[in-house]
Amino acid sequence: MSVLRAEGISKSFRAHRSEWHRILSWFLPARRFRHEKQILHDIDFQVGAGEAVGIVGQNGAGKSTLLKILAGTMQPTSGKVHVDGRVAALLELGMGFNPDMTGRANALNTAGLMGFSRAQAEAAIPGIEDFAEIGDYFDQPIRIYSSGMQVRLAFAVATAFRPEILIVDEALSVGDAYFQHKSFDRIRQFRAAGTTLLLVSHDRAAIVSLCDRAILIDKGTIRMDGHPESVLDLYNAIIAEKEGYMVSQTVGEDGRARTTSGTGEAAIDKVVLLDDAGAETDILKVGAQVTLRVDVRLLRPVPGLVVGYMIKDRLGQPVFGTNTYHLGKPLKALEAGEKLSFRFTFDVNLGEGSYSLAVALHEGDTHLGRNYCWQDLALTFTVVNTDQSRFVGISWAPPELELVR
Amino acid sequence: MLRSLWEYRFFVLTSIWNDFYMRFVRSKLGGAWLILHPLSQVMIYAFILSNLLASRIPGISGTYGYAIYLMAGLLGWNLFSEVLDRCMKVFVKNANIIKKMSFPRITLPIIEIGSALLNNMMLLAVMVVIFFLLGHGIDWSILSVLLMAPVVALLAAGIGITLGVLNVFIRDVEQVMPIVLQLLFWFTPIVYPAGGIPEQYLAWLRLSPVFQIVTAYHEAIVYHRFPSFSALAVLFVLALAACAFSLFLFRRANADMVDVL
Repeated sequence: MSVLRAEGISKSFRAHRSEWHRILSWFLPARRFRHEKQILHDIDFQVGAGEAVGIVGQNGAGKSTLLKILAGTMQPTSGKVHVDGRVAALLELGMGFNPDMTGRANALNTAGLMGFSRAQAEAAIPGIEDFAEIGDYFDQPIRIYSSGMQVRLAFAVATAFRPEILIVDEALSVGDAYFQHKSFDRIRQFRAAGTTLLLVSHDRAAIVSLCDRAILIDKGTIRMDGHPESVLDLYNAIIAEKEGYMVSQTVGEDGRARTTSGTGEAAIDKVVLLDDAGAETDILKVGAQVTLRVDVRLLRPVPGLVVGYMIKDRLGQPVFGTNTYHLGKPLKALEAGEKLSFRFTFDVNLGEGSYSLAVALHEGDTHLGRNYCWQDLALTFTVVNTDQSRFVGISWAPPELELVR
Repeated sequence: MLRSLWEYRFFVLTSIWNDFYMRFVRSKLGGAWLILHPLSQVMIYAFILSNLLASRIPGISGTYGYAIYLMAGLLGWNLFSEVLDRCMKVFVKNANIIKKMSFPRITLPIIEIGSALLNNMMLLAVMVVIFFLLGHGIDWSILSVLLMAPVVALLAAGIGITLGVLNVFIRDVEQVMPIVLQLLFWFTPIVYPAGGIPEQYLAWLRLSPVFQIVTAYHEAIVYHRFPSFSALAVLFVLALAACAFSLFLFRRANADMVDVL
């Protein structure tokens, strides 16, 4: 059951020869206009009830325009949006607040702006006062609020009523750490109660932890729609995309997309994990020794080569990463055609769970310089605990227990 | 559209109340400004015109005749120009919420009209007190002001919303209108009696709806006569036509408006 359906949404901003031509165009059909700047091309997607979808994309990709159309403030040039239920958009917090009025008066007025009646608004006031936690300031004019207090009040008002669809645009990075937790919690509660969430953010952690799907908007089209991690990998690759960069995606056996990007001077031939007997494996025991083998082939001569890897947890958060520069073995001046094999041996000091591994080939000590080849999800592996004592968490840090009584 | 207005009545009412409350909350003299503003305006005109130009208002006697004539005219003029000015600026002023929130946009001009009407009613109440102090009696005819005010507001809103929509795209509108209003003000017998206008121009000036409005206010307040029904009926039809046109324009421009704001 989809609660939000975007059907072939296109949006273009029209520039007329003069504003008078634009005004004429309201009365006469099919006037000519000077040129058209297309922001969105034929966007199609559906979001089901209770689903949480992250929307990512570079600045200017058309995210904001899409959100405005979904929120109903902007009309698409063509296409349709179907919505079941009330849409609340946290596009910008605290707008429409009147600085000279008290927090209470502004809360009532904003609830009215959201379409609620006097009785509904007044019933919501105690909850708003509670959630904002601004104490006596609630009955003071907004102009004497700190910006943090304003944002807290704004968030409390905007989320005082549970909507069927909640659109959040970067609004979550508000207030102090305590309030951020609180607002995340409220959004989670909404989700648990069946609210559909659309979240626009550049914050990987927010998207990965809240969303079960992500959509990448690039140059006004949907570039990818799928698992948040795969989408974010492609997004990161696009950000790094410069002249001469190639970005490609292949879908692996597990159905998740693997993104490879880079300038292409060097290629990754093979990435495998070998157990202590030298056999290929993707199931590792806690505490066992394992070797990561990365085979590299040079396609063009390069001034320097550093190989790095990064282990990420299920949510895509980095767990451990290093490279040959930091390990004291950067290579200089390599010829085309050369083949190298790197072996990183380490102990699996990780907690139980599934992990992924990203591998990068670059020139300097970070991948921010020249990046020859970067592969996300180069492999995935599972850590199991068979012969160690039971523990929880992401890392394995076995203690010595000493009891004094 | 009417239904969405009804659904958002709480927003409209609190916004009008906030607007009203705001005018007093931060000024030292608070509500006194409500009296001081029009009074100072009246005193300036009264001082310059009745003393220096020795204007005489026919049909009214007493030392304060001119001041009363002025106040009656200004009451009508202020309503017209305030509604027009507010409606003209309303979309640009609220650009932020128009872009970011989904709500019936027609509530915005309604709030402005409501605020202006409320201000005007307060002004009327204050003037009644002043008339009483000046010894100028009031009559049942003053009730016709209550009937005229909505018509005046409707006409001004029709013109104002039209200009407001245009102002979103051509911001010069906002700059030109004060000049036009200034001209209109002086081409209407507000600070001078209609009798002073040369015959050949009078017929033309009468075509202005503002001329009719101010004359009706004079009739009701200064001369204790009910204004002519036919003139009011014409104004009402004109107001409806202006509103219908402005709403048509507003609907057509609605989609474009968010793109440009």
